[in-house]
Order: sequence, then structure tokens, then C-alpha cells
Amino acid sequence: MTPPRPRQTDEHPDGIDLPLDRLPGHSSRGRLERVLRRGEFAVTTELNPPDSADPEDVYNRAKIFDGWVDGINAVDASGANCHMSSVGICALLTRMGYAPIMQIACRDKNRIAIQGDVLGAAAMGVANILCLTGDGVQAGDQPGAKPVFDLDSMSLLETVRIMRDNGKFLSGRKLTTPPQLFLGAAVNPFAPPYDFRPVHLGKKIAAGAQFVQSQYCFDVPMFRTFMQRVRDLGYAEQCFILCGVGPLASAKTAKWIRSNVPGIHIPDSIIARLEGAQDQKKEGKQICIDIINEVKEIAGVAGIHVMAYRQEEYVAEIVDESGVLKGRRPWKREARPDDQLVASRLEHILHDDVTESQVDMVKTAH
Amino acid sequence: MVDTQPTVTQATLVKKAAPKSDYKPADVSPQRRVQRSYTIRLWSIRHSRLLEWFYSRFADMFLLLHPLWKGIGYGRVEAPIKFVEKRVKGLMFDCRMCGQCVLSSTGMSCPMNCPKQLRNGPCGGVRANGNCEVEPDMPCVWVKAWEGSRNMVKGDAILNVQKPVDQSLRETSAWLRVTAQAAATRETASKEVA
Repeated sequence: MTPPRPRQTDEHPDGIDLPLDRLPGHSSRGRLERVLRRGEFAVTTELNPPDSADPEDVYNRAKIFDGWVDGINAVDASGANCHMSSVGICALLTRMGYAPIMQIACRDKNRIAIQGDVLGAAAMGVANILCLTGDGVQAGDQPGAKPVFDLDSMSLLETVRIMRDNGKFLSGRKLTTPPQLFLGAAVNPFAPPYDFRPVHLGKKIAAGAQFVQSQYCFDVPMFRTFMQRVRDLGYAEQCFILCGVGPLASAKTAKWIRSNVPGIHIPDSIIARLEGAQDQKKEGKQICIDIINEVKEIAGVAGIHVMAYRQEEYVAEIVDESGVLKGRRPWKREARPDDQLVASRLEHILHDDVTESQVDMVKTAH
Repeated sequence: MVDTQPTVTQATLVKKAAPKSDYKPADVSPQRRVQRSYTIRLWSIRHSRLLEWFYSRFADMFLLLHPLWKGIGYGRVEAPIKFVEKRVKGLMFDCRMCGQCVLSSTGMSCPMNCPKQLRNGPCGGVRANGNCEVEPDMPCVWVKAWEGSRNMVKGDAILNVQKPVDQSLRETSAWLRVTAQAAATRETASKEVA
């Protein structure tokens, strides 16, 4: 007999396989909302979506985050490049017990498709949705695609909020079971118009945002100014703000991003620091850790969002070395007690030579 | 949030493989190609306060003429009014006839000129020089909207969350719609008083 497994925080008391109950005052059943509302410093990250139809690819890419993050963003064709859909990734992740944050971009779907996806996702157990506008199609590898942009991030937030709180579609038609969701949005304090950005965040909160993830922060003073303004306006109490951070692989990458990816602001000092380093990759990671240590002290920052594109293996190290979790261990995927049962049932169906005709089943039932 | 790669991306390969031709369209965004400089549009935004003052008088005049529109029939005046509205607003704001004009809430900068047609604020991709990420030569519609709104008396209307565009109202007259709606609210208000 194996010793009883220590119970994880945010696990149903009657068994790990059971879905969590919604706590009073919460809008979702998710773990991310629980962590943030408890006042713990949250860590989220981003899964690099595979260009394949193999579920193993998603499982393997999620596995390296086990025990280090509170939520995994499933990106929706980021940069307008086609990958496995965020709905598909979320279906796979929830099946394995992870807490995905489903991104919805307005570029590819109109309001009919989006509302359907929200219901589907919530039914699969997705508790967090991040509403984005999405990059233009010109940025991606299929520039000839039709840009939809039927909704924008703000009206998308409002649409999902209406579905959740009023139990209605945008048309007013009733939902029999409304989705229970924790709503997120993105902010970019590092792009003009700078003085509009904090007000814009207020607008997103009014539309329904409960948490926000920021664009990559490489300029801490700029972020500090933004947060000062956000606190003055009283938005920091109304919404959980997660600062986006990530390691730069090299000075060359940094320069490439700076000139090719609009919206990411990298100051010269960061590039100079990378160029001066012996091991640029290691220095990039160190810069990321230093930035985390600075931003975690800023009042109103509720967590970090680590985006380590193609360096996902560093996420655990970055989170560990920056010590943001303060010894807390986020939920880790464990074998569920019923895994054995499901496995033996599958084994029975696949390999035992039984024919379960209806007549036989009725006979055994008596 | 973004795909970042130092090496050659598929997107770059696709761009390079595009057939070479002497004719290269000026604008990138397929939503609409305006093909002219942004001088008049920017003038309108700089003079947003004047235009705000003018428009409120203009809207009042249109409302005064409501009995006339109703007498002739809104359906019948639609074509000539739309003709004028499309050309006047097209010249001044590069209007795209969405039919539900929000210029007063966006600092006299038409949000439908944004390649993503955002009606609630800028996206995260605005370039450091304040230009659009999709159209590198065009000043971001929302950077300008914020500037324009700061000059206006009721500029804080930019803080209102706008509803998604009703696509079924495209290519219809916003002037007539606003007038008819204002007349309807005026009538219900006067009925309540009586």
C-alpha cells in the first residue's frame, strides 16, 4: 500500500478527479482565480502551439510546466500564423487536469463562431478566457486570408461577460447553462498613446476584464509609471495585473524583435547588456529574472506571465530562481485515483474478447 | 502573445516568394485602400473642437427638419442625403459608411480606418513613432483619436465602451438614423410630460 499522497491546494476534498466547486464571490471554478483572490503571486505561461495533429505534442509541451505555473495560455494563432487551435489545445489540457487560459482572437472568427466556442470551451472545463484583438493577417504566413475583426477585444469581453452574467447570447436568446468564466484581457503599456493606456485598461475593466496580462516588459521604469497611474485611478483593486516577462535568446534576437514585432519595446540598455555578455542566452535569462525581481515589488502587480517562446524549458528555472512562488507549489498533475479504473476499462474493451450484446447485459443486470 | 524568431520565418518566405510586379499597391490593408495622403483627415482631428461645435448645430438643424424628412418620407430622402453624407464625410474623415457614426466619441478620427476596425481603443501593436503596425505610413487612428478627444468639450465620450458594429447597417445614412432616433426620444419625452 502506497502512503497517502499529500493533498494539493485547490483539489476537491472528495477526490482529485472531481471538479472544483465555485467559491463564493468567484465567477469561475478555476484554480487561477482562486490563487489570485487568495492574494498569492500568480505565475502563468504560454504553450507553444504545435503544428501537428498529435495530442502527445501538447501533453509533452505542458508537462515541463508541471508544478511551476498556475495557468497555461493556449494561444489563438499568435502572429497570425496558423497552429493547432486554442480550443483544441484547451480540450487536451483540461483532459489532463491543467488550468488553461484560452485566448480568443477576433481576427479569425465572427461573433457567431466566438460565442459558440466560448460555450464549448466552458463545457470542456476551461475556466479562464483571455480576450484579444489579434495581430493583423499581414503579420503571418498567410497574408491573403480575410481579416474578420467582427468584434474587438473590448466588445468581445463584453459579449462573454453578458453570456456569463446575464445568461444570454448577444442576441438576447437565453442560455440554459451560462458559462462560469474568469475573464482576462491584454494590456500594452509600452506602445503609444502612453497617457491613454491606463484609461484604456479602465475601459477593459468596465467591459468585464478581471485579470490582465501585459505585453513583454523590458522597461521597468516605464511599467512603474504606468502602474502608478493605474493605482491613482483605482484600477489595481478592480483587476489582477500580471506583468509579461520573458527571456531574450540573444542580442540578435532582441534587435530582430525590436525592428520586426510592433508593440514590443526593448531599451538600448538591455541590448547593450546582452551584447556584453559571454553567454548571451544565460544573460537573457538573468535579465528576465532581474526584471521579475523588480516588478514583483511594484504595488498592484498580482503576478507574472512568462512568455518564453521556444525556450519553454527555462520557465521552471526562471520561476525557481526569481523565488516569486515563495515556496508555494502550484497545482501539479498527479495520477487520478480513477485513472486505474479508466485504464482497466479500456483494457477490457480493447483486449478482452467480450461481446456485450444488449441481451447479455440485461441478463447480468438481473 | 507574438511569434518571435530570429531566423527566417515562413511569413518572410511567403513575402519573398510573392510574384514580382511593377505595380505595388500603396496600402497593405485589404479592408480599404484609401490611396491618398492623410492631410485632410489629420486636419479634421486637429480641428476636432470646431467640428464638434459645428456638428451639434448641424444635428439640431437636421432635427428641426424632421417634419420635412417625415413628410417626404425618410426612404425617399435617403438616397440624396446618403450621397452628400458619403462624399462630405468621405473627404473629411475618410468615412467608410458603417452607418453608426461614432466620430463624436473618437476625437473626430474615424475608427473604421483602423485596419482592425477597432472601435474601443488602440491595439497593442502601435509603433513607437505612433504609426499603425499594419500600415507603417499611416498614423494610428487611435493615437490621433486620443489627441483629438483632448481638444473636445465632450472628449471624455472616448471612455464609453462601444457596441460591436451592426454590419447590417453598412452603407446607410447615420445622419438620418440619428435624427429619427432623436425625434423619437423627443416624442416619448414630451408624451411623458403630458
